[in-house]
Amino acid sequence: MTSRRPPLPLSVLGVAAVAIVCLPLVYLVIRVAGAGTEAWDVLERPRTLTLVAKTVGLVAAVTAAAVALGVPAAWLVTRSDLPGRRFWAVALALPLVLPSYVLALALLAVSGPGGLLGVPALTGFTGAFLALTLATYPFVLLLCIAALHRADPALEEAAQGLGRSPSQVFKAVTLPLLRPAIGAGALLVALYSLADFGVVSLMRAEALTRAVFLQYRGAFDRDPAAVLALLLVALTILVLVGEQRARSRLGSGSRGGRTVRPASVVPLGRWRPVALAFCAAVAGVGLVLPVGVLVAWLLRGSPSLDGVATATLNSLLVAVAAAAVTTLAALPVAVLAARFRSRWTVALERTGYAANALPGIVAALAFVFFAARHAPAIYQSLTLLVVAYMVRFFPQALAGVTSALSRAEPKLEEASRGLGRGPARTLATVTVPIVGPGLLAGAALVLLSTLKELPATLILRPSGFDTLATEVWTATSVTQYSEAAVPALVLCVLAAPAVWLLVVRGSRGLDLLGN
Amino acid sequence: MIRRIAPLAVTVAAVALSACGGGDDADLTIYSGRNEELVGDLIARFERESDLKVDVRYGDSAELAATIAEEGENSPADVFFSQDAGALGAVEGTLSSMPGSVLEAVPDRFRDPRGRWLGVSGRARVIAYNTDELAESEVPDSVFELTEKRWRGRVGIPPPNASFQAFVSAMRLDVGDDRTREWLEGMRDNDAQLYDNNIQTVEAIGRGEVEVGLVNHYYLYELKREDPDLAVANHFPRAGDPGSLVNAAGVGVLASSDGQDNAERFARFLVSAGAQKYFAGRTFEYPLIEGVQPPDRLPPLGRLMGPQVELGRLGEQLRSTLKLLDEVGFTT
Repeated sequence: MTSRRPPLPLSVLGVAAVAIVCLPLVYLVIRVAGAGTEAWDVLERPRTLTLVAKTVGLVAAVTAAAVALGVPAAWLVTRSDLPGRRFWAVALALPLVLPSYVLALALLAVSGPGGLLGVPALTGFTGAFLALTLATYPFVLLLCIAALHRADPALEEAAQGLGRSPSQVFKAVTLPLLRPAIGAGALLVALYSLADFGVVSLMRAEALTRAVFLQYRGAFDRDPAAVLALLLVALTILVLVGEQRARSRLGSGSRGGRTVRPASVVPLGRWRPVALAFCAAVAGVGLVLPVGVLVAWLLRGSPSLDGVATATLNSLLVAVAAAAVTTLAALPVAVLAARFRSRWTVALERTGYAANALPGIVAALAFVFFAARHAPAIYQSLTLLVVAYMVRFFPQALAGVTSALSRAEPKLEEASRGLGRGPARTLATVTVPIVGPGLLAGAALVLLSTLKELPATLILRPSGFDTLATEVWTATSVTQYSEAAVPALVLCVLAAPAVWLLVVRGSRGLDLLGN
Repeated sequence: MIRRIAPLAVTVAAVALSACGGGDDADLTIYSGRNEELVGDLIARFERESDLKVDVRYGDSAELAATIAEEGENSPADVFFSQDAGALGAVEGTLSSMPGSVLEAVPDRFRDPRGRWLGVSGRARVIAYNTDELAESEVPDSVFELTEKRWRGRVGIPPPNASFQAFVSAMRLDVGDDRTREWLEGMRDNDAQLYDNNIQTVEAIGRGEVEVGLVNHYYLYELKREDPDLAVANHFPRAGDPGSLVNAAGVGVLASSDGQDNAERFARFLVSAGAQKYFAGRTFEYPLIEGVQPPDRLPPLGRLMGPQVELGRLGEQLRSTLKLLDEVGFTT
């Protein structure tokens, strides 16, 4: 820890980055404060209360279900003699490649009259619940796998040695070990489903994000939409605060020690077929079904390739720009907090995480309001879109840069300087090799998130600027599901390397998400 | 190290941001409340014929009208291509006057009396129905029957859609606010199914999710072209019923646009014989200029009798209609 004063340019950059991150929330508050009392009437409607209740219900149900799928799956692939454990570990994590609205699309396609499954149409709450659960359980799965790999098997073996049955061992030892990972996973799932826009829109499920959008789109006066957006922010903050409380009550759990040897394998015995069926069912619905639907559409119809190339290029352009800009913007903030630790730099870093409370639809609305009135030069421009991505995904990049910097001890740099290397060579030969991979992982996460992002892209993009995500959306808005196949598949293919990086690298990426 | 990184970061960020600046190099920006599916080819044809670079922002007509109102003087739009007259009327204060030579191409009843917008294609409200479930004789002749128990959960409506909103405005002008609110609440309590737009509504009828739906007449034909077996047909409600409103898609030039000439060119193009034939032949709408044949499967435009409501009055109703729809619970 050092009490050196940070160089001025660094401070200016850090403060500027965090100021931009805070802009949407601040502006939204200003706008709502300046709105007539009529705008506030929206809060007094009984419907709004129902809406909040339904949103909370959906988020709670999805979180519970994601934990119920993710935890057993993680245990099976790390601690049991399940045949093909490696295969299942990957297959069960792969739904991360699919944007959640593509999962929703697939469920819609195979249900309802004339659907493959012959079940009633999976719309509304049921459909949204299913799609969101399938999209989010991999968060819990990966965090739990990582926690199980880190946990010292000696504890479980000792309990076994004392004659406890496998289920007793799981309850008494494994589950408490997993609690921090489950908590972090549940938080991710809750934030994701609270902020989700695509799934609830496609499923026509009642949820706040969709209500904000419908209000924005369906009324001449847009102040009530801003009020609803702030309500959504308040709900998100409640989740964040609740998680903080729970975490401080539970303690952080045993994180440190690296496993020196693999855990002993619990024989499944007669439960083997059940375990296999469980894994196959989850991977089947979460991965095989949606990919199958997309491929079937591709083969059956004559999907037009018009615009797919342009949309792909556009998606890549904004995703790469967003990843670069966001990582670079997070750098000064992380450096300030890591190398010039003081009360204000720590406060600055904390504030940088404020965007966690900012669902995409809210960020989009705030920027549209702000730019249309006060910044016409960047209104409907790519610049504004990239800035919005930067704000939205700033916490991901910040966590990535921070964890990367924590690996590079200042002493190493000092040693290099002491040995006569100049600052530039030190940077090139010491800092970059140590920090680089972490930075890349953070940037990859932002890239992945930007590729899939829907609401901000829809609202803020320049006229005529189509991305893969908006192509999928446009196709579904006129129920041309088969037209969505090509852009959706391209999206999955582009997302795959980023997901691979995150999954294969010991799910470090998800630790970033959970920070 | 940090002293090196800071300027580097600024430079890279600045380059990245300016690289994706630039943006608006179009000769004409259209806000289109009409679906890309239906008019994308037409706009592409204009682009070819005029040799102008055109950007289109697609959305719902009312949404785009609200956007234009919010943007005010800063609006990047040059021209507003709306799905109905009401959304145009709602922002007529931001539109500039059109030259008479463009306006006079279409009949009086399809244009703003003060010349700020004009209709370019005609459409009628219909009750579309599933032909496997219903015979045409079973389909109501008036939308007021749809609040009866018989139709519980079987009717689809698209409240975000501008043509639906225009129909509600027309009902308010025709039978008053109280009866309209009563009808909307009746629909809500009768479990009317809500869709985002006309196409989704007609498809839901085709799938049998609902038996009937309140839509514009032409979506059926677009969908039939893709799936000739689609089990949906149109029923024209009785003359004078609000459900038989005859409306027009139309166009207006924004006064704030610095490309008035290009915008006017687009308006002129829409009432040219070529575009009017496109409406008749491709989208199955009623052409509004003399000498272009309407689609032959449709009853002649002159024989369709909507409620006694002037299209020019729909615009002033839009705000309050949207508020009413919101209060009844069709928005959130």
